[in-house]
Amino acid sequence: MVSPMISLLDLLYAAGNRAALLTQAAAPSTFARTIQYIQRRSDMLGDLVLEHLWLVVVSVGIAVVVSVILGVVISYRTSLASTVLAICQILMTIPSMAMLGFMVPLFGIGFTTGVIALILYALLPVVRNTYTGIREISPAVVESAVGMGMSEWRVLTKIKIPLARPVIMAGIRTATVMVVGIAAIAAYVGAGGLGELIFQGISRSNEPMIIVGAIGVSIIALVFDFVLSWGERRLAAIGKGGS
Amino acid sequence: MIKLENVTKKFPGMEKPAVNDLNLEVKKGDVCVLVGPSGCGKTTTMKMINRIHEPTSGTIYVDGEDALKMDPIKLRLDIGYVIQEIGLFPHMTIEENVATVPNEKNWPKDKTKKQVNEMLKLVGLDPEVYGNRYPSALSGGQRQRVGVARAMVSDPPIMLMDEPFGAVDPITRARLQNEFLRIQERIEKTIVFVTHDIDEAIKMGDSIAVMRNGNLIQHSTPDELLSSPKDEFVANLVGRNRSIKRLHLIRIREILEEVDRAKPAPEDMPLDDIKKRVSDSDIRSVIVVDNDNKLKGVIGVSDLKRKTGEVAADYMNEIEQSITSDATLNDALSVMLEAGEGYVAVVNEDDVYQGTITLGDLLNVVKEDS
Repeated sequence: MVSPMISLLDLLYAAGNRAALLTQAAAPSTFARTIQYIQRRSDMLGDLVLEHLWLVVVSVGIAVVVSVILGVVISYRTSLASTVLAICQILMTIPSMAMLGFMVPLFGIGFTTGVIALILYALLPVVRNTYTGIREISPAVVESAVGMGMSEWRVLTKIKIPLARPVIMAGIRTATVMVVGIAAIAAYVGAGGLGELIFQGISRSNEPMIIVGAIGVSIIALVFDFVLSWGERRLAAIGKGGS
Repeated sequence: MIKLENVTKKFPGMEKPAVNDLNLEVKKGDVCVLVGPSGCGKTTTMKMINRIHEPTSGTIYVDGEDALKMDPIKLRLDIGYVIQEIGLFPHMTIEENVATVPNEKNWPKDKTKKQVNEMLKLVGLDPEVYGNRYPSALSGGQRQRVGVARAMVSDPPIMLMDEPFGAVDPITRARLQNEFLRIQERIEKTIVFVTHDIDEAIKMGDSIAVMRNGNLIQHSTPDELLSSPKDEFVANLVGRNRSIKRLHLIRIREILEEVDRAKPAPEDMPLDDIKKRVSDSDIRSVIVVDNDNKLKGVIGVSDLKRKTGEVAADYMNEIEQSITSDATLNDALSVMLEAGEGYVAVVNEDDVYQGTITLGDLLNVVKEDS
């Protein structure tokens, strides 16, 4: 959780420093040049945003499937739970630069490598929430389902997952917002997205590029957060009398 | 119908078995109540019948078949199941909850819908009003009713009930018990009923199985249990005031014929006639009914002095204490004590007046018995 944030902040900090240096020197303000940049390169920016979204959607999508299955499995085999959760926790604490560094010799450079790294980061919130969401269901509810003659599969799909869904959704939201940020760094291994803008901006000392990239990433994160938390509330409302 | 032979259940890591070499037979259409202190193995015994717990040794027959050799899913689909916490599914509407077993059995939609509505009506919930609500929008008593409806919806021949009326206040509990007995009279299920409340056991059971530390101590009719408890433990459980406990065994309608009481007064009865009725009455009051014989109120001696008017309706007070004739004498006693009056008006389900029961009537019953 900490390392990707720090990396992103570092980038912003670097961008800020340079911007400060340049505003003293040159005539058109950074703000004006940023606006100009957006106007001039809007086509390319749109592509990068789409690339970034795609990177996030693919990694989170795969991560959710894997994590929900993992979470369900450890809810049945509780002896495995602490081990699996610990592994996910460790994966999450690896600094993103280092993680991407590990990936390159294994998977080369490109989109796939980025996706694999992002999946590993997204595991913990979803696995943990699936596990706790299922464990927190009242035992009486599960017992009466079993006692009335529902098969284990039916109990899982009709009772456990629907009841754990709001908690799982919260995990997905956490994972998504986080992955939006880390995906910017995945540009380092050629996965594309708004991170490219940031990295290029740094190497060319072009602060409008850095600013546009950083703000774009923040906006995507906020939009995801908003949409997913709205979805969460809708799900939570079911069964509480509203719908 | 249900037969347990030498059934023992030992949980892993426990020194003593939870249920020890238990033999029990429940006849078709009977309510068998398992009663005892917590940890006596009554719930475990019940849960072995639908194989929520698998016995360590012994055999269980359900309708002549070896339950332990049956497919557990198939076995459970034909056994209604209500547990203390009810376990309604919070993400499903009442209708969907009640339709659980029909859906598992793949009934056609219209058959399920019809049966669900019928069940909800049977337990006194209007399907139009409650069908689409979620469990969180219901009171505790209503949830218990839904739990019972859900267990009975596919008309299973056997029901297992673990303190199904445990989590509600005493008055609601008495009402649910009476309603359930009324339904049971019609449907005649074979029921295994678990409770720690001996009064409930005496009221609900055709037979009572007293358990302690995993052993079955005594299995007999409620009457036998009260008159000849097998050992000190059972005697302590049923308590000293056994004759009062008998009030649980007798329903109001059984004694209503015998008691002779002044007739009720119609609303338009003139003052002189009322005076005569009140002074004839052994409760120094007279019950007032309308033209359809529905209970309207009561006139006491003091009302005649305090109020003025010409007909009964002018003197009438609202009556707080009324009860249905299928309630037990014990229920009647609690209603009287609560209202602080020595009598209670008996009505049927449509509020039509049936008669009046007094404290004296109850005393006579207890006296005759002991």
